Amino acid sequence: MSNLRIRICSAALIFGFFAMWEVLCLWLQVSDLLLPRPTEIAATLWTRFPVLWPHILQTLYSTLTGFGLGVIIGVTLGVLIGTSRLAYGVAYPLLVGFSSIPKVAVVPIFVLWFGSGTTPAILTAMVICVFPIVVNIATGLATTEPELEDVLKTLGASRSEILWNVGLPRAMPYFFASLKVAVTLSFVGAVLSETVASNRGIGNVMMTASSNFQTSLLFAGLFVLAAMGVALYAVFSFLEARVTGWATRKTDIAVT
Amino acid sequence: MQMSAAPSTVPPAQASTAQASAARAVELDRASVVFGRGAGAVTALAPTTLRIGHGAFVALVGPSGCGKSTILKLVSSLLRPSDGSVVVGGREASVRALRIGMAFQNPTLLPWLTIERNVMLPLKIVPPFRHDFRRERTRAFRDRVHALLARVGLQDFAGHYPWQLSGGMLQRANLCRALIHEPDLLLLDEPFGALDQFTREELWQDLQALYLERRPTVLLVTHDLREAGYLATRICVMSPRPGRIISDRPIDLPQPRDIDLIYRPDFVEMTQSLRELIAQVRK
Repeated sequence: MSNLRIRICSAALIFGFFAMWEVLCLWLQVSDLLLPRPTEIAATLWTRFPVLWPHILQTLYSTLTGFGLGVIIGVTLGVLIGTSRLAYGVAYPLLVGFSSIPKVAVVPIFVLWFGSGTTPAILTAMVICVFPIVVNIATGLATTEPELEDVLKTLGASRSEILWNVGLPRAMPYFFASLKVAVTLSFVGAVLSETVASNRGIGNVMMTASSNFQTSLLFAGLFVLAAMGVALYAVFSFLEARVTGWATRKTDIAVT
Repeated sequence: MQMSAAPSTVPPAQASTAQASAARAVELDRASVVFGRGAGAVTALAPTTLRIGHGAFVALVGPSGCGKSTILKLVSSLLRPSDGSVVVGGREASVRALRIGMAFQNPTLLPWLTIERNVMLPLKIVPPFRHDFRRERTRAFRDRVHALLARVGLQDFAGHYPWQLSGGMLQRANLCRALIHEPDLLLLDEPFGALDQFTREELWQDLQALYLERRPTVLLVTHDLREAGYLATRICVMSPRPGRIISDRPIDLPQPRDIDLIYRPDFVEMTQSLRELIAQVRK
């Protein structure tokens, strides 16, 4: 199938999903307290948008700050672990241990340390996205073909020059693959923390809406989250295609 | 030719003075390489003595796995000798007294860089070019890369990525990268191994022309006896693992050599005798 047809089918599937939802709700006369129809949710979203907007910004702020910190820490750790076989072997078990902790469990700790609000949201977003970045950077560096490094070594390059000119560019496809996952994860982390311990953010809006039986607002929050998640994913997909086109052999990057 | 002046029979004592070392580009003195320890140890290179004068074109031939590539790795200091010494340009190999250019069997071009940027890479790393790299990469260095690419017919492919080029083109680019920083010592590890005969002969001619232009010292590892005979001023034959040099002879044919040379009876005879020698030691 051509690209265009795939896109048309994909759009049709999304539209069909909502249409089916709408029709089934009307046909089975589902109470809008349980499951509001998509049109009702859209109407709520439209009328309540001015109220939702600051919360959207809040969630976006927590997510992106946490994600940014996560990237910095993740890349640093990844480079340290990936460039040294010793560090790779020594630190890996600890990292796996950290990563296997369900991240919900760390929220109470952050709340205990920093109180409720923005800080635990940022920190949760951070810890949840560090691991995939570390693993991918380390894997990218550790799997660099020795032949490519030899090219630089014969030229008398220093270790840091080899890292800059071979290791890091070689790890870029791995890095960007992890960024797409990481940004969605930090979003999950931020919202998670907001639902537990915050009076701002989409997560908090949804908790409040839930306890007040404002079902359509609850779903409106869900839609906003989905839209933000897709948008962030799209941004990093776009960046990935631009930066690491060589790895997928895209012909359009090859024109100079 | 001047090459025959440096046969492997020179007594080590004579070469150990600093003055004698400086006169030569490469000097292996009973250098050996052993991987592993104890019972599992593998000798990749038996103690080998090899001296190469400045400007020589030495071909190392021999059966697979005999340690030819190991010698290149010693000279480029990718490996350290387990025993003996490796002196390059009068200093220990790791000091890099000579500017080294190296081309491997696989064209190890970096897949994320265009051909132009790949070829330019040595200028980014090697002194004195590296100091001007930021300033000159879009000017003098770029022109230089394009001029060299044009020499091997790649002028229209500077902006392409490695995967967009054929095997022969990649090897040409690879050769350009080994030469762009005007090395004093060129190390070639079967650079034409994976190419068809016609492309190979073309590249031999390119390489010969580039060699005669600046006359760097060249150490070429190859399986191809015609390649060795056509290009080299001296051929060293190695025995199977653990390798050592069993024959060292000058090729006193005037340069530049015509490619038709390789089909002339006396040339064929010379490669035949080398072939027999290698066939004997393989048994």
